[in-house]
Amino acid sequence: MRLHVLDRGHSLGTKALLGVIRVVSGHPVVDAVKLALYRRDFYGAGDLTHEAMRGPSEWSVGDRELMAAFVAQSVKSPFCVAAHSATSSLWYHDSAKVTATLADLDTAPIEEPLRATLHLLGKLTSEHAIDTEDMRGVLAAGVSPTQIEDALAVGLAFGITARLANAFDFDLASPAAMTAGAKHLLRRGYR
Amino acid sequence: MTDISKLHRELVTRVLDSDATAPPQLRRAAFDGAGPDGPIAVLIDKVAHHADSVTDDDVTAVRAAGLSEDQIFEIMVCAAVGAADRQYTAALAALAAATGSLE
Repeated sequence: MRLHVLDRGHSLGTKALLGVIRVVSGHPVVDAVKLALYRRDFYGAGDLTHEAMRGPSEWSVGDRELMAAFVAQSVKSPFCVAAHSATSSLWYHDSAKVTATLADLDTAPIEEPLRATLHLLGKLTSEHAIDTEDMRGVLAAGVSPTQIEDALAVGLAFGITARLANAFDFDLASPAAMTAGAKHLLRRGYR
Repeated sequence: MTDISKLHRELVTRVLDSDATAPPQLRRAAFDGAGPDGPIAVLIDKVAHHADSVTDDDVTAVRAAGLSEDQIFEIMVCAAVGAADRQYTAALAALAAATGSLE
């Protein structure tokens, strides 16, 4: 972690909570949790992320976790790619699908509306811009306007999170810790 | 559909207007992807546009310019939130234009 305050600057109550998380999970606390619990009155984006990822949507939880992993890949955040690939794989019970999507979106075994939406999120994140023609293309692929809005909400949440994961230099947790984290995210979400 | 509109507004308000340690003008500049010349501007630009290229030296240089760890935390958060916010807002505008043109 690049800033010492994110490792050791939490309030006493939060330090106690981090200790409980460490004992209950059996793993070191991942850096994403340390960030989420640091000065929640300033950053505290957990509720926004939870609504984007677990609120009512025509996209499944697995689809939205895959979108998060895809956005993270566009931002080049290894931590977020690993965390949300694991979560999406667990939800789908299909890690090959997630791996194939991140490796080559054009040939991945996914439905066309999801493919078009991921292309949109990838372009938005990596090129910092999309236009009306891009949107028309996604709509023509059968994606509804509300589905696009929901996907953009995931893009917002993980456009922030993946940037911060890189900027603060999150440690890549062990595969076992990532799997434990993925199970937690499916059980409890992001709050 | 999900509804992040209120949570989104609240997040932006918190990082820009809450009682934090970095001056509001600096947080606003970071949110807008700008900043005073020198290491602070370099760090803000990297977080906003290629966060994977941020280095320990970038942060050390900002510390040397006089910012505390919490101030650095705040401007990095503002830079990330601002960059993602601009993309989100532009995309929603493109969607509105596209759906309007289809009607």
